[in-house]
Amino acid sequence: MSGMRIRIDPVACEAYGYCAELLPEAISLDEWGYPIVDDRPLHPELVALAKRAARDCPKRAISLREKASG
Amino acid sequence: MTPGVNPVGAVDNVHRLLGHPSDLKGHLDAHGPLNVAHGRDGSWQQDLVTSLEASGLTGRGGGAFPAAIKLALAQSAGPGGTVVVNAMEGEPASDKDALLLTRTPHLALDGAQYVAALCRAVRIVICIPIGRDSVAMAVNQAIMARARYRYAPVREEIVRPPGRFLTGEESALINWIESARPLPVFRPDKGAPLRIGRRQALVHNAETLAHIALIARNGAGPFRARGMTEEPGTSLVTISGDVKYPGVVEIDRGTPLWDIAVRSQPVEPVQALLVGGYGGTWVGPAHLGTPYAPIPLRTIGAAAGAGVIVVLGKTSCGLAESARIARFLADQSAGQCGPCVYGLPAIADDVAKLARGEGSGEDIVRLHHRLDQVDGRGACRHPDGAVSLVRSALAVFSSDVAAHGQGHPCPQWRKPTSLRFPRPVRL
Repeated sequence: MSGMRIRIDPVACEAYGYCAELLPEAISLDEWGYPIVDDRPLHPELVALAKRAARDCPKRAISLREKASG
Repeated sequence: MTPGVNPVGAVDNVHRLLGHPSDLKGHLDAHGPLNVAHGRDGSWQQDLVTSLEASGLTGRGGGAFPAAIKLALAQSAGPGGTVVVNAMEGEPASDKDALLLTRTPHLALDGAQYVAALCRAVRIVICIPIGRDSVAMAVNQAIMARARYRYAPVREEIVRPPGRFLTGEESALINWIESARPLPVFRPDKGAPLRIGRRQALVHNAETLAHIALIARNGAGPFRARGMTEEPGTSLVTISGDVKYPGVVEIDRGTPLWDIAVRSQPVEPVQALLVGGYGGTWVGPAHLGTPYAPIPLRTIGAAAGAGVIVVLGKTSCGLAESARIARFLADQSAGQCGPCVYGLPAIADDVAKLARGEGSGEDIVRLHHRLDQVDGRGACRHPDGAVSLVRSALAVFSSDVAAHGQGHPCPQWRKPTSLRFPRPVRL
């Protein structure tokens, strides 16, 4: 299935956690506060929020990509 | 004539890495010149690609990626690049690349020359960590002899990165060469070529290059005559642990794990083998007959990794040894990714607690949860290796886990380690 997916740069990420607040449907936090991303394509209704999460990330650690499979 | 066969090939036609002459004269007598200059029309290059494809050679540094595919990708990535010979061998239990380069440096260097010719690279860099001075001396002597006799067309130089566990990770190695930072780099597309500046960097394990040198000269036949049909060739394996004769052996691929281990003569009944390295997998008695080759190993959740087999005797505590390894791996984190920086020490603490008999059933549940959380979340595969090691320990030493988890640790947990660590690891 095609669709937008969220990708986190784990080196850049410093566990601000805004992304999980904005997008709890797709991002949860581990016990140390770092994001765990649902690897499935985003529901189309969530894409706008995901873009905002990417824009608002203080470390610019989030990117969105269109991917055909896996 | 088989494609790629050099008319002045090896004196015998048996594919093996160990046992070749160490000096250039002996090397020339046995193998003849490199012959990479001829065939500017591309026919020589095509022959080598064909031979490598037919050989089925896979990378021996841990990735086990088909060498022919890697080189085909590199060929298309443009000229002017660097061939990086990876002899970092950060696995404390591995000696194979050091031994290979000390005993027969010309083989791996020749392999690098063939790869350089194939991909029109202009520079060969041999990475030997600080601390492995005798290896660097042997290779340096070889390079000087090759320069003196104008044997090697592409310039060969040694560099000495710091000898940490992760420096040999290929993106970390390139990062160090470029900017002196031996840290792995987040690469969204792991298949994209690595670069030094704008030119490509081709990182190959030293053992892989030695195989390439023989295949380039003798064709795929002798290589395929060793090992199993579906897993051809030989592999260097370092055996250590509770054995009388630790060391490096060259085995036919597909040899059962147990047959490899007995060569070093275990000094006591064996309870498990650690296969692949410290970021590898414990293999218990039920699977000791597994052939040493990627596909059969994968079916039991293991991998050949860096060619390491550690023998664990009955008088050792698998949980205590796993706790030490987990601590070592946590200490070796590059310190970049949160799940690795915080997850690995937490996991190491959990395993140590369990080893001491202080862990409860709840702790074991939490440990499993942490393993699931950390798996696959680093920029490199370092955390995944630690997860694999601990997961396999919980499975293979499951009866110990149950006993330790009820506050009845086996008395062996206090025994000093049989494993090799660069410095003592606390439990």
